[in-house]
Amino acid sequence: MSEANRQILRLAGIGKVYNQGEALENRVLDDIDLRLEAGELCSLIGPSGSGKSTLLNLIGLLDTPSDGELYLLEQPTRQMDDAGRTELRNRAIGFVFQFHHLISAFSVLENVLMPLIIRSGKPSRADTDRARGLLAEVGLEAFADKRPTQISGGQQQRVAIARALVTEPPLLLADEPTGNLDSRTADGVFELFGRINQQFGCAILVVTHDPRLAARCARTIELVDGRVVSDARNR
Amino acid sequence: MTRPLRASLWTEWTIALRFLLDNRMQSLLILLGIGVGCAVIVFITALISGLQANVIQRTLGTQAHIRILPLDEVNRRLPLAGDALALDLESPRAQRLRSIINWQEVRDLLDRDPQITAVSPVASGPAIARRGVARASVALVGMQPERYLQVVPVDEDMLAGRFEVAADQAVIGKELARELGLAVGDKLRLDAGDGRDTVVNVAGIFELGVRELDARYVYLDLKLAQTLLDLPGGVTVIDTRVRSLFEAERSAERLARLTGLKAESWMQTNGQLLNALSSQSMTTQMIRLFVGISVAFGIASVLAVSVVQRTREIGILRAMGSPRGQILRIFLLQGGLLGLTGSAAGGGIGWSLVQVFNLFGPRLFSIPVPADLIPLAMLIATASGVLAAAVPARRAARYDPAVAIRYV
Repeated sequence: MSEANRQILRLAGIGKVYNQGEALENRVLDDIDLRLEAGELCSLIGPSGSGKSTLLNLIGLLDTPSDGELYLLEQPTRQMDDAGRTELRNRAIGFVFQFHHLISAFSVLENVLMPLIIRSGKPSRADTDRARGLLAEVGLEAFADKRPTQISGGQQQRVAIARALVTEPPLLLADEPTGNLDSRTADGVFELFGRINQQFGCAILVVTHDPRLAARCARTIELVDGRVVSDARNR
Repeated sequence: MTRPLRASLWTEWTIALRFLLDNRMQSLLILLGIGVGCAVIVFITALISGLQANVIQRTLGTQAHIRILPLDEVNRRLPLAGDALALDLESPRAQRLRSIINWQEVRDLLDRDPQITAVSPVASGPAIARRGVARASVALVGMQPERYLQVVPVDEDMLAGRFEVAADQAVIGKELARELGLAVGDKLRLDAGDGRDTVVNVAGIFELGVRELDARYVYLDLKLAQTLLDLPGGVTVIDTRVRSLFEAERSAERLARLTGLKAESWMQTNGQLLNALSSQSMTTQMIRLFVGISVAFGIASVLAVSVVQRTREIGILRAMGSPRGQILRIFLLQGGLLGLTGSAAGGGIGWSLVQVFNLFGPRLFSIPVPADLIPLAMLIATASGVLAAAVPARRAARYDPAVAIRYV
């Protein structure tokens, strides 16, 4: 298997049921099989309530599936304890959320460094240099010492992307990263995803409900009522 | 996979500190609360322990810690045969003045006891003091000054003259001097009854601060008192001083068994004082406890609010790979930091309050601040800060990151 199509993620028969066995049993995801290879840029679309966010939470190890097995970096994850999942999450996954979620008590640069700080304490000079480089990459080098509250929403989202990349994760997960931004800023963010994908070679899975933005990704998976209804390569 | 402890501590310390600094107003307010609470505890503890030490010192400055006395004289009963029933009509015997048998041996025994620091045999009994036509009833205290002053340092409370006793010299109290119009060098007649009387010069006048003693005590040479009281070579009581004050009662019981005599500790003779002191201590304890509890609740509620405010940030930290333990420690640390800084400030304020009290207060006595009081208060405050943080910290650590991130 060449480096290009090394498997990052495999979902085998994944299902998620809330309130299992109760009157209000709610099957959100059903029998999902998916593979994601290194360096893929993939969008996940679907109407609201189709299970996109639930699927992303499962992939991000923030939640556990009710059925099936999820392999991240070829490791089965279902039986992992919280500590193991947390460690794997820190190492393998970068998150970008809809509401940028920077930590207001820290500067922009420190926010970018946060995953490294969590992992290994005081950041080294090399870590700081890399974080500054990533900020330059998203065009925000000049804002390194500002507080998150002092920059705009689009800028905050770009900081969040830089933060997700600082650990050089093989997989970047983005949950409606442009849901809160105007269309021009949203375009900019997707352009950035494309560039990062080229430059860092990390696989990116973006949840969006904007088909125009989804079309800019190499691959689009569509989810309806908790099932994959289409999985297509664009262009 | 386990991260190095020092690196993890650095992370937790940094995040905890930033969270506190970020909510500056909230942190300042709770610090103020902790500070005031801690200042109250430090001040009231120093005040009460200073007051009690002062009261005890004053009380014991004028009396022996343990007094060894001869056993009371009691009526003997005839042993009854078998199951005979006896109805007693008893008139208790008068307790005449009498000597402790073999008191020299008892004295030597006490001298060797490691718990006892000073021993003074005393011959003491009633007499009438006369000057011209004025009379006053007095208590003669015959003793050897070099021993007696170790037990009750009367020489520190002299108003006039010196504490010197000899065959013709006596030391009297301020009230007696006033009553009989005596000054140092004046003559005083002492009449112990049955024709035993003598004339002594007043060598010194003392003021112990206890009216009864200042009005009645006449210190004499032991030999002179023995003659006046018709106790040739005898003593009526052996006064002692012990090493540890609050062990006096236990020591007294031991000495009673050891010597076969009666032993009275100061704790027995000052039961009421001791009672007052212990209820005062209990009140202080209660105040400290309740102030401590309200401070702890303050810390807990501030952190509980902070945990809710930071729900999303906790979620994001978890999503970025922060383990539950780290989140827990971040909030425990915040509680500890609040307790530590608040109590350091409060300790400073409390200390200053004591100094202000000493400088400008009623000046009845000076309160010392025990060296370990403030560090101890800080230690307890820090520990209760951590303890108070436990509930909010556990809640923060248990947040489901997927839910917390979407918390609005």
